[in-house]
Amino acid sequence: MPPEHRPPEQSLSPAAIALNRFGLGARPDDAADPSFGDPHAWLASQFDRFDVTPPAWAALADARALLAGYQEQQRALRQARAQAAQPGKAERTPEQKAARRDLGEDIHALYRQAVQARAQSALETQAPFVERLVHFWANHFCVSVDNLPVTALAGAFERDAIRPHVLGKFEDMLLAVEHHPAMLLYLNQNQSIGPNSPAALRARAKPGGGGQRGLNENLAREIMELHTLGVRSGYSQADVTEFARALTGWTVGGINDDAPGDFAFHAPQHEPGARTIRGKTYDQPGVEQARAVLTDLARAPATATHVATKLARHFAGDVPPPALVDRLAEAFNHSRGDLPTVYRALVASPEPWVARPIKAKTPWEWTISSLRALGLAEIGTMQVATIEQQLGQPVWKPGSPAGWDDVAASWIAPDALLRRVEFAQRLAGPRAAQIDARQRAPQVLPAALSSATAQEIAHAESPASALALLLVSPDFLRR
Amino acid sequence: MFHRRSFLHLAGGAAGSLLVAPGLVLAAAETERRFVFVIQRGAADGLNIVVPYADPGYARLRGALAVDPAAATRLDGMFALHPALKETAAMYARGQALFVHAVASPYRDRSHFDGQNVLETGGSQPYQARDGWLNRLVAMLPRGGDAAIAIAPTVPPALRGPVQVASYAPSGLPDPADDLLTRVGTLYGADSQLRGAWNAALDARKLAQGSGAKQDPAALGKLTATFLTKPHGPRIAMLETEGWDTHSGQDGRLATQLRALDTLLAALRDGMGPAWAQTTVLVATEFGRTAAANGTGGTDHGTGSVAWVLGGAVKGGRVVADWPGLDPAQLYEGRDLAPTTQLDALLAGVAGESLGLDPALVARRLFPLAGPPKPITGLIV
Repeated sequence: MPPEHRPPEQSLSPAAIALNRFGLGARPDDAADPSFGDPHAWLASQFDRFDVTPPAWAALADARALLAGYQEQQRALRQARAQAAQPGKAERTPEQKAARRDLGEDIHALYRQAVQARAQSALETQAPFVERLVHFWANHFCVSVDNLPVTALAGAFERDAIRPHVLGKFEDMLLAVEHHPAMLLYLNQNQSIGPNSPAALRARAKPGGGGQRGLNENLAREIMELHTLGVRSGYSQADVTEFARALTGWTVGGINDDAPGDFAFHAPQHEPGARTIRGKTYDQPGVEQARAVLTDLARAPATATHVATKLARHFAGDVPPPALVDRLAEAFNHSRGDLPTVYRALVASPEPWVARPIKAKTPWEWTISSLRALGLAEIGTMQVATIEQQLGQPVWKPGSPAGWDDVAASWIAPDALLRRVEFAQRLAGPRAAQIDARQRAPQVLPAALSSATAQEIAHAESPASALALLLVSPDFLRR
Repeated sequence: MFHRRSFLHLAGGAAGSLLVAPGLVLAAAETERRFVFVIQRGAADGLNIVVPYADPGYARLRGALAVDPAAATRLDGMFALHPALKETAAMYARGQALFVHAVASPYRDRSHFDGQNVLETGGSQPYQARDGWLNRLVAMLPRGGDAAIAIAPTVPPALRGPVQVASYAPSGLPDPADDLLTRVGTLYGADSQLRGAWNAALDARKLAQGSGAKQDPAALGKLTATFLTKPHGPRIAMLETEGWDTHSGQDGRLATQLRALDTLLAALRDGMGPAWAQTTVLVATEFGRTAAANGTGGTDHGTGSVAWVLGGAVKGGRVVADWPGLDPAQLYEGRDLAPTTQLDALLAGVAGESLGLDPALVARRLFPLAGPPKPITGLIV
């Protein structure tokens, strides 16, 4: 890709910006609806309309039973390995293999159901700006469904740790995220043990049990680097290691706990003593120690700048305007991380209202906006998990704790474009008899459709071709 | 130590004489030489891939996580290869593979994302350079854009830059109708951001026709070879592998990863046929992992790791290392394998020699911001 691009000539109305850049894409009747009114007011009013747990999310099955089943199978396997003639080399029995396969299928079914719930609430929401922010935060605090336990829990993570706090305080979302079993399992916190904790000392005292279990600094590092302060913001390797020590004992309840599959604090695994992190001493007892660190991280000015930069990039262009970053960071600091205050500062700023398209849609954004433009009310049997896999952005599977990239260079790529054209054709085919693309285009791109796109749509050889063309037009690929 | 001496000999004494005559080189660069870059995202554990079994520190630091030298393939008196790498071991035995140990990019902190950014852009700090070094390498070929392809739906940062390159990955969706393709082409043709990507996509699809490719490692290796063996196909390719971030359960996970990469490399070699003799593959990761095992059956983010060089023209069958040692005082910041070889120097030398370009010029073009490294040469015939 050439690095410098002339901004496309297309000019966007405030209504189109509110619907497509801030929202999840216009539905055919959105702009004409009398309740739409002033675009700024429409966005602010959504804070009162957001449904934290819409029916599709409420219906999602509980992941804990599946997680408990997984824990039980792992325990049996460990036991078999410990008793095997050749240590560590026990194979699963055929019955165990079948049970594992069944469990894997159940877990993937639950994952697909959760993706359907996410898509369904994106289709039917009365607060598309807030739903977009849910997706933003789920990517900021991402897990990646790279193994069975996280696959089972990813939907619950978004429903229980992100959605309830999207209109709350950053600090509360941070605490909910870092306590959530999905995050603890994804970043290996469940296995990290204080090297001088009672549990470690006991293990070392056993014959042959020397030094096998100890610290894992994965979660501590990613909290500082990705969730709060941001990389290169002044913390050191020693801070990471100290924070990892403070976090020991934070884990997921097993089958012998009061609440299996939920957050648990195992005091015997907690590293004793005070910790020094970024120059401050933390001498709180047990679980409170890392909580105190998290609270301070949530309130650090570097965190405000980090969050402000990501929000600015998401709404005002791949290169975040410094003035907007400053304004959002100030709103964050001033309100002690009150997220609606930050969102209001965003909506009130001029930078996200630039009248040319400044963001390339990700595959998720493009899919949801396409389905909304086609007027779909129900996601039905359409397999959204499979679609996102084919389009190159499998849901909750960015493959790294940094989440998906939020810049055009990641998504405007040769093969990715061709796949959207293929998928648009499949989507448009069965619906073209009911939808005239020439009428639909100005409805979903109100006062924003380029004349070139309008012309190609008008001259397409078939209604299906015209409708697919609308969805993959340059106008519709961007927001 | 043996490895220190052999390294110094290679880099210092013989550097001039190992350069091929320039005329011959450029002619070859027109069409026949190929270079493949494979990135291991997530920080691959060099110490358990090319195992320094003869260093007494290894077993002490790794404990139960140490690879059993008896099960591994012995490479020389110092190093052994992870037992999952059967095909790679066979290439090593035939003199078609070598490893460079204790390498690192200029990046010294331990963030994956910054580390990959430095590895891929070729800067000395994260986000210092906008474009990827592989894109700058494509610009040095006489043919330009159609000379390179990413085997992925999107273009990885190392290949991003001013020269338009192709990307391709197998898709399960039906082909679009001609009318739709034509009109999309018209609209994208007027859009400076979409135009190049679209043309590259159509070209790549044409080349891939009939390959029936799937997504498993063997199919991806074969697919890559399909592109690289077309008469006017790309001559540079990049593949991405993920899942090397083994903080826990490393034994099984690393073995699975290595088996997949081993399968991919073998399929690529077999698919290249006679052209394997003119093909060089370089495998590298953003940084290594802690020298000691962590408390959860894995390793945490570290510094020095290992790079792999494979191909029919590689002067292989050896491990190149200025071995720093694993004593506590020899570790970087008391915890990681200390880097003694610049990855940039290796990339410049191998990319240059494998494509028949002047390695010193390649080093200047690819890594101007990091202060051009002195390329490591003499690794490719």
